[in-house]
Formats: sequence, C-alpha cells, structure tokens
Amino acid sequence: MSVRVSIQTADFDLSEEVAALRRDDPRVGAVCSFVGTVRGSNEATQGPQVLSMELEHYPGMTEKAIEAMIDETHRRFDIYAARVVHRVGLLQPGAQIVMVAVTSAHRGQSFQACEFLMDYLKTQAPFWKKEETPQGAQWVDARVSDDEALGRWGIASGNA
Amino acid sequence: MRVTVKYFASIREALARGSETIDTNARDCGQLRDQLLALGGAHALALARGKAVRMAVNQVMSDETAPITEGCEVAFFPPVTGG
Repeated sequence: MSVRVSIQTADFDLSEEVAALRRDDPRVGAVCSFVGTVRGSNEATQGPQVLSMELEHYPGMTEKAIEAMIDETHRRFDIYAARVVHRVGLLQPGAQIVMVAVTSAHRGQSFQACEFLMDYLKTQAPFWKKEETPQGAQWVDARVSDDEALGRWGIASGNA
Repeated sequence: MRVTVKYFASIREALARGSETIDTNARDCGQLRDQLLALGGAHALALARGKAVRMAVNQVMSDETAPITEGCEVAFFPPVTGG
C-alpha cells in the first residue's frame, strides 16, 4: 500500500497527490479533497494580523494517530483510498497547511469521508499552532465548535 | 519505576524542556500529574488542575485514568490545534 500519511515541512501539490491516489484504480468515480491554509488575520474573532505561523507536533504519535483515523474512516465509509499530508514548521499567511483526499465510487461517500477525517484530525491529532502577530507570539486556542463537529459523527471529544 | 515524560507547545515552553525521566510509583496518569504538581514551580503552574491539559500514554490519546507501566512514555500537552 502507498504511503497514507506524511508530516513534512515541504509544501505539497494537490493535483499530484490526487493523481497518485486514484492511479491504477478503475473503480474510482469520485475524489473529494480539502486543503487548509494559513489565514493572514482572524476576522471571526477580531484577532490580530498573523505575520507567520509555527506548527509543532508530536513525532511518532502524529503519524500513528492519523493512520488510526484513516482506518476508522475506511470502517465507516465505502471508500477506496485516503491520503493526509500535514505540514509543520514555519508557515507564511496563504501557505497550505493540510490536505485530505479520499476516493470512492460515487461522490456521497467521498464527501462524507473527507469531512469526517478532517473533523477527526482537528481535535485528535497532536499538532499545535503558534501565531506570530504584531503584539507578539501566541498559541492558538482550541475551539469548542471543532469538538462539536466531531460530535456530529458520534465521537465525543473534550479537546477544547 | 522510571517513565519518560514529554511536554509539548505551551507546556514545553513553560517548563523549558521537551522531556524528562521521572521515577514514580504512580499507577495512572492522574497520579503522575499529582506527583509533577508536587514539584511546585513551573510544573505546578503548567500542569495545574484548572488548566486544560491533555495527555497521551505510549503515543495514544488518554486521560487521567490511563495506567502507567515501567518504561512507558507519557505526554502532557494543551488542547490540540492542527488542521
């Protein structure tokens, strides 16, 4: 099986990742993907301008946790393959942070599996964001709405 | 017994270390946290009961009831914020 999880400082190319994910699998009729990027400001919370973002993770656990999430996604949805790439280190506003891509026969399962995997990752994968702002550096607070997003799938999360 | 304790993000910064080896008789994560709190200083502040502290044992997300065994790796960290 090809690599399902990559934690890396380097950027990624969504087109290349999707092409690789569905290559040589004639059953695939749908691909759903999500890309998260660094916001330059957080208008929703009237937060300060973000000059850059530093992403820390727990090497070893991160990969294991996301592998287990992909296994759970396969159990819940009728999908063929899933791929997660998450960047760490110093990132600039506009930079890509994370991508999730899923393949299936029809769109419904891909859409759901992609959202489930992303909701799961948000509250259960050991990453931490630190924003550099004109007022200094600050760790990003976890959001209750992310726990609630995972709760919709029947998984209780008390992260935030 | 000896366990490896790891810290991440704001807790790592507050303790000025990413890991340490601890001799302990703690049976679970909660007792280990109590022992670290008893060290006082930065430990008492960073791991205070009123704070949102998440934990993992042997790299699996856990809680204070998770058992601790010889040589295991326990991590304390703030709520996660990836994605």
